[in-house]
This record gives sequence, C-alpha cells and structure tokens, in this order.
Amino acid sequence: MKILVCISHVPDTTSKINFSEGDTKFDTNGVQFIINPNDEYGLTRAMWFKEKQGATVDVVNVGGPETEPTLRKALALGADGAIRVNTPAVDGYAVAEQLAKVFTDGSYDLVIAGRESIDYNGGMVPGMLAGLTDANFINTCISLEIDGTNVKAIREIDGGKETVSTTLPLVIGAQKGLVEESDLRIPNMRGIMMARKKPLTVLEPVEASQETESVKFEKPTPKGAVTLVSPDNLDELVNLLHNEAKVI
Amino acid sequence: MSVLVYTESEQGKYKKVAFEVASYARAVADQLGTTVTAISINAEDPSVLGTYGVTKVLHVKDAKLDTFNAKTYADVIKQAAEQEASKVVVVSSTADSKYLAPLLAIGLKAGYASNVVAAPTSVSPFTVKRTAFTNKAFNLTRISTDVKLVGLSKNSVGLKENATTAEVTDFSPSIPENGVHVEAVDKATNTVTIADAEIVVSGGRGLKGPENWGMIEELADVLDAATACSKPVSDLGWRPHGEHVGQTGKPVAANLYIAIGISGAIQHLAGINASKVKLVINTDPEAPFFKAADYGVVGDAFEVVPALTEKLKAFKAQNA
Repeated sequence: MKILVCISHVPDTTSKINFSEGDTKFDTNGVQFIINPNDEYGLTRAMWFKEKQGATVDVVNVGGPETEPTLRKALALGADGAIRVNTPAVDGYAVAEQLAKVFTDGSYDLVIAGRESIDYNGGMVPGMLAGLTDANFINTCISLEIDGTNVKAIREIDGGKETVSTTLPLVIGAQKGLVEESDLRIPNMRGIMMARKKPLTVLEPVEASQETESVKFEKPTPKGAVTLVSPDNLDELVNLLHNEAKVI
Repeated sequence: MSVLVYTESEQGKYKKVAFEVASYARAVADQLGTTVTAISINAEDPSVLGTYGVTKVLHVKDAKLDTFNAKTYADVIKQAAEQEASKVVVVSSTADSKYLAPLLAIGLKAGYASNVVAAPTSVSPFTVKRTAFTNKAFNLTRISTDVKLVGLSKNSVGLKENATTAEVTDFSPSIPENGVHVEAVDKATNTVTIADAEIVVSGGRGLKGPENWGMIEELADVLDAATACSKPVSDLGWRPHGEHVGQTGKPVAANLYIAIGISGAIQHLAGINASKVKLVINTDPEAPFFKAADYGVVGDAFEVVPALTEKLKAFKAQNA
C-alpha cells in the first residue's frame, strides 16, 4: 500500500498571533512552526500501517523552502520520502489542485490529510482533493482499518459516531482520536540522522487557479475585566447571568 | 439567480442552524437584490422556512436520502444550485455540512469560505469575514469565482424572522451511487451535543478524576447544556475525545461557556473564543482563564458547583 500524508506547516499551538504590512500578512517573527496536529495524528496512523501491515509512506507539503524543516521532522518520525511542491499555499483550492497531481502521479492508495489546519481552519483541502480525483472520502476520521482494498472506518459526527465502509483509493480527513495520544512520537536521534539521508523531492507546481484571496486580518476586540462573584454569593451570579448577560 | 441555502433537518425536523442559515441567506439576498431558495431534504414542514425569509423551497422526499451521505447530498445540492442558477450557496458549519461543502465546491467550481461570521462586507467583489487561527483572529476573504459557497459559523448571526410565504415545489434530483456506505450510526439521543447546545459546561484537570463528573453532568442537566472537557482530561481518558474543546478539539460557539477547574491554556481559549459569555470557576485566582472570562468565581469547584446547581434549580422552579 502506498500512503501519502499531507503535512501543513503551521504556527505552534501556543503562538500569539500577530499581523504585519497593514494587517495583510501573518507575522512569522518569533513563531515556531510545527506539523499541523491533525496531520500528525494521520502521520502516526500511517506509520502504524507501515509497521504492522507493510506500506510506504510519503509526506507532502505545498509551500516554500521554509517548510522543509517540518517535512524533515516528518521524515525523522519514520516517513520514507518527502515531497515539497514549490509554491506558496495561497488558498485551499490551489493547494488541493497541487496535491491532486501528486496523488495521481504517485498512484497512491490512501491519502491522509488533517481535517483542517490550525492556521486558516478552512477544512476544505481533504474534501476538495477527493472531489478533484474522484477518490472516496471520509472526513473527521477517528478509526481506520484496511484489509486489501476494503476499508472500515469510524467517523465523528455531531453527538456521536458513524461506522462506514468503502474501498481504496481513499482520502481521509484525520483528527484527534485516530490514534491514542500516547502513540504520538517525538523524533529520536537515530530518526533525525536517518532523515538527513532520506529523499526530499522538490516539484515545480502545475498551473492552478486561485479561487479565494485573503484581504486583511483583524484581531478580536479586547474584552473588559472579569466580574468576580464571591462563592458565598451565588444568588448574585444567577442574577447576573439572568439579568445582565441574559444567557439563562 | 436566487441565493440557495441548504437547510439541514434530522428525522424530518429542521435543525436550529437551518433557520440561522436561512436568516443569513436572506441578508445576503437583500444585499444582492434577489430572493432565497432553500433546498430541503426529507423535512416534514418546509413552509416554516418562510418565517426566515425563504420564498421558495425545493422539497426533496426520497428514502434513499434518509441516511446522510456527503457525496450524495453534495450532488443533490449541486443540482438544485444549477437549476436555480444560484451565484451564492450557503451551508452551515455542522459536521455534515463541513463534510459535504468541499465536494460541493468542486462540483460547482465555487470558491468556498468556511467559518464565516457576518454578512458580506461587500458583494462586489464578494468579501466575507471568517475566523482564522482557531478564533484568535478574523480574516477578510474575497471569493473570485462566479459561484460562491459560504459556510456560516454557528451562532454567529442568530435567527432573524422575516416572514414571507414560502412556495414549496417538489424537487426530484437524480441520486447517484456512492462509494462510502454508512453501516451504523451511534448517537446519544437523550443528551445535548456540543454542536447544538446554547450552554456548555466544561471540566478540567481541577476535577481530579472521572468519578467527579457527576456534578458537571448535574449542572449541565439543570441548564439543558452539553458537557465538555479540556485536552488533558480527554488525553487521560477521563472523558471521550468528542468532548475535548480547543484548538485540536471542538470549537464552541455557545451563548454561555462554563469552565470549571480549567486553567485556560491558549489552545483551550482559542477553541472557546467564539462563545458569547464565559463563566470561570477555579481555585487559583491567577488562572489565565480569568483574563478571558466575563464572570468568575474564585473557589473550590467541589463546593461551588453543587451550590450553584441548587441555586439554578431554585431559579428554574421560580421562572418555570
């Protein structure tokens, strides 16, 4: 089985978010970049397939050279090869088009992408990739078993879960739950050394359209100070929630 | 030319988000000088959509659509949009709509903006405000395609009545075979889900163990609220990961978010930023969550929560 894991290069979850150039650009100053957490759950599951059932695992990112350390980290975690499509990730559709080309040319059986990235939160790339390539698609996937070309999966739905069956080729939107949190790994020295020798292929982009454009960013307006209520005066709290906040 | 809105229903009844997306679609249609058509699948009373400004309903009734299937539903909505020559299509941000929207975007060759929180700031060029960086910021996004797909964030614009008469027309789309088959659905029917809840009661590591969740459930029960938790709690297996709220968990856009024994890590705060009112109960007055809260109680959750539950029971009895 050939597995492709899509890796977004995103600001660390604890990052403070700032903008530059008249609030039109994300300010990367002092920001640590990491593998998008939803992609990391997917990568970990891909490594499970590699180790238990036999599979080759490639990782791919659409972006400039600055994303290569993130791809190297994925290699250090055990991926066999990495691909960088050398173009900025300007919008979800354009990224999906680049990934569709890699998916088709590489004859992958399974593509794993996080259900959304924690920067733009578009949640569109996995589904668009499936739509462009006519592959089957399972979103918010929290369990994935593959036997030959038959797939059994569980996906999270609002207020519960759903068991589905399908066949390869398949795209899944991965998220927390797909693997145990304790199974997530950190690269060890051997992995880091080996990652240096693994292939990182840079592909030039295909011509792709851009459907959306980021115009400007805004930060939420700062809120006022908290109203503290004494634990001995919970009647006052009920009163505030009812009469002032009007939420009960 | 009308704005098309997909109005979700479950077991024949519209979800509340159906009325919210209809209200929003009407606001967009007013800006464009056009009307709103709804696509409604297996709902029992489509004419009720008139209350929220829908003038025409494409009413589909087909047992093959009883179970939600993203690809099939996307195809049905696409056929409706094509029949109506709609230039703007609006969907919600439920798990189902977020699943089908990218497939629909490809089908319609439509640029898609998800997590939209307000009416367009401009319809020419078409520009919408959406959340980014998991609610740590907003992003103004311009959609340049002929057809535009908007995914509306829950609870962002609310319901707006705009009474009109909805003309209900039967619509019989072709229903394609689909490669993904639903085998079983496991859904608690008697509890409020985070996605639907107006109020969410959330517990953190301060609760010391899963055996103490009874008081969280009791408080949620009085408020008709959903229960949730912080990341460490779901990582420890005290609560299912479906309840984890935060940057890698579920976003919460409730009217009231009650955080109990949660210190307020930046990742958690990002997930609840879109909630309107935040109440924090924590023993530590220095907990960062108090800076993000509207109301706070510095105190022991094991004393404050049961006492608050009793006060709310009494309040409810008085106001019943």
